Amino acid sequence: MKLQSNWRSSSAIATLATVLAVATPVAVKAQVPTVRVDGSSTVFPITQAVAEEFQAEQRGNVRVTVGVSGTGGGFQKFCIEDGTHISNASRPIKDSEAEACEAAGVEFIEIPVAYDAISVVVSDENDFIESMTLEQLTMLWSVESQDDVTLWSDIDPDWPAEEIELYGPGADSGTFDYFVEDVIEVDSRTDYTPSEDDNVIVRGVSGSEFALGYFGLTYYLNNQDELRAVAVQNEDGDFVYPSADSVNDGSYNPLSRPIYIYVNKQAAEDIPEVAAFVEYYLENADDFVSAVDYVPLPSEDYEAAMNRFESGETGAIRLREGL
Amino acid sequence: MSELSPAALLSNLKTRRVVNRGFAVLGILAIAIATLILLVLLSQMLIRGLPRFSGDFFLSFPSRFPEKAGILSAWVGTILVMLVTVTAAVPLGIASGIYLEEYAPKNWLSDFIEVNVTNLAGVPSIIYGLLALGLFVYNLGMGDSILTAGLTLALLILPIVVVTTREALRAVPTNIREAAYATGATKWQVTWDHVLRYSLSSIMTGVIIGLSRAIGETAPLITIGALTYIAFLPEPPLNPDFPFVPLTARFPFLNFQQLFAWLHAPFTVMPIQVFNWVSLPDKDFHINAAAAGSVLIGMTLTMNAFAIYLRHRFRKGIKW
Repeated sequence: MKLQSNWRSSSAIATLATVLAVATPVAVKAQVPTVRVDGSSTVFPITQAVAEEFQAEQRGNVRVTVGVSGTGGGFQKFCIEDGTHISNASRPIKDSEAEACEAAGVEFIEIPVAYDAISVVVSDENDFIESMTLEQLTMLWSVESQDDVTLWSDIDPDWPAEEIELYGPGADSGTFDYFVEDVIEVDSRTDYTPSEDDNVIVRGVSGSEFALGYFGLTYYLNNQDELRAVAVQNEDGDFVYPSADSVNDGSYNPLSRPIYIYVNKQAAEDIPEVAAFVEYYLENADDFVSAVDYVPLPSEDYEAAMNRFESGETGAIRLREGL
Repeated sequence: MSELSPAALLSNLKTRRVVNRGFAVLGILAIAIATLILLVLLSQMLIRGLPRFSGDFFLSFPSRFPEKAGILSAWVGTILVMLVTVTAAVPLGIASGIYLEEYAPKNWLSDFIEVNVTNLAGVPSIIYGLLALGLFVYNLGMGDSILTAGLTLALLILPIVVVTTREALRAVPTNIREAAYATGATKWQVTWDHVLRYSLSSIMTGVIIGLSRAIGETAPLITIGALTYIAFLPEPPLNPDFPFVPLTARFPFLNFQQLFAWLHAPFTVMPIQVFNWVSLPDKDFHINAAAAGSVLIGMTLTMNAFAIYLRHRFRKGIKW
C-alpha cells in the first residue's frame, strides 16, 4: 500500500512538471534594463570591474551581463539582429566581421579602452635568454621554422643545444591574431602547446628551463616569482622589457597593442543605460584599467574616444596612429 | 584430460588458488589506488578553498575582488538549469525507453533508431551546444536562457537515460510479464503496474549518471551563450507576501508570466564560474575556484544521495 501511494504521488508530480514545462509561455521581458556585453577574455577583467561598480552606483536600476566567448565569438553574437550591445575585443574588428555586421544592419562605434603588452616569458630557471631581436622571435615562431628550428642553438649558437618547448594562446584568441599579424607577420608554427587558459601557459613555461611562451602583461605581472620576461628589440633597436612605463612611452613596440570595446550604435541611442554604461566606462577607465594590471591610455585618448562615442562616429577607424 | 596423480592435483589446485587470491589482491589494490587519488584530489581542493567558505561566499555575486567574490548567481543558475533538464529529460527518456523496449515493432526503423540512440550517447558535448545554438537559440528564438540551457543538457543526457531505461526493462524477468498477461492485463498495465515499477531503481541509476554528467558541463552552455559575469538572479516565481502564488483577476487566475519568467532569464552555472576563476591572472581567485569546485562536488553528491534515497524507497516492498 505504501508503495502504491508513493508511486501515485511521484508519477503525479512528474506529469504535472511535464505539463508545466510544455505549457510555458515564451518571451517574457525583464523589467530592469540590461546591458549585454560579450567577447574577449582579455578585456573581461576590465569590463567586469566597470560593470560591478556601475551597477553599484545605479543601485539596481540597471543590470550588466558579461560573457566570455572570445573576440571572434563575441563578434558573432554582436553582428546579428538583436545581438549583444557591446563586444569586448582584444584586436580590431576584421573585415569579414565588419561585413557581417553590415549585413545584419549593425552599426558599431570602435572604442579603444586600454593597452595590453604581449609579454614573451621564460622560466626564471632559464639562464641563457636575456633578450631577443624581432628576427629571432620571428625565426622562433614562424611556420617555416617548424622543421629546422628545434634546438635553442639553432637560433643563437651561444644558447644550449636543447629542445625548444613553446607555449602560446590558441588560434581563436585575439592575442594569437595580434602576435601573428602584427608582430611576427608570418603564419605561426603549429607544433607548440596552445591553451585558451593563460594560466596553463604560465604553468607550462615555469615548469621547464627550456620553455618559452607569450601572453598578456597581467599574467606576467602576477607570476613574476616563477617567470622572467624577455626583452625584445623594438623598432629603434633598443631591447625593452614589458611594463606599464615602456608601453606608455611607446618604446615597447611592436608587442604592445590596444584592446577595444565595440558599441552597437543603435542600442546606445535606444537604450539610455547602454550609453550611460559606455560613458561611465570611459570616465573611469584609467582607475579600472590600472586596478586589473593593464595599461591605461593617455587621458587625451579617453577624451577623444568619448567625443567619438558622443558624436556617434561608426566604423573601424583608428582613433589615432597606432590605436 | 589425462589422469592426474593426487600430488599433481594438489599442486594444480594450489596454483589455481594462488591465482585466485592474486586477482583479489590486484582488484583491491586497483580500487584502493583509484579511491586514494580521488580522495587526495578532493581534499586538496577542499583545503585550498577552505579560506573562502562562509555564508557570504554563497550569498555574494562575482566580483573583481577575490575575497568579495561569491557564487550566488552560479549555484542558483546550476540548480535551475538542472531542474529544467530533469523535467525534460526524465519523462521523455523513460517514455522513449519504454516505447523502444516494449512497444516498437522489430523492423529496420527501430534498429535504425537504436543504433542512433546508442551512438548519440558518445557524441562530444560541444556538438550538442552547436545543435542547441542553431535550434533553440536561433530557430526557436529562446535566447541564451535557462530554458535553452536546460533543454540542451536534456538532449545531452537523453541517450543515457534511454539506454539505461531499456536495459532496466530488459532485466525484469519474463515470467512477471507473462503472469500479468495471463490475468488479462493489457500491455500498458503490464508495463506500468509491473515492469516499470520493478525496474525503476535501475532507471534511477541511469538518471543519476546522466545528471552527474550534465551538472559539470561547460562547453555546450558557453556555446549557447551562458554568461560569465552576472550579478542578479532570475525573477522569483513566487511573491514574498501571502498568498505567495502570483494571482491575477482574470482566468486562469494565475500569473503564468511571473511563474515562468525565470526560464527566460540569463544565467551562469558553477563550472563556468570555476573555469573563469581558474583562468584569471590574480592567483587569489584560484582559491575561489577551489572553493566553488568543492561546492560543485557537494551539489553532485547531494543530488546523487537524493536519487539513491528515492531508489531505496522504490525498491522497498518489491519482492519477486
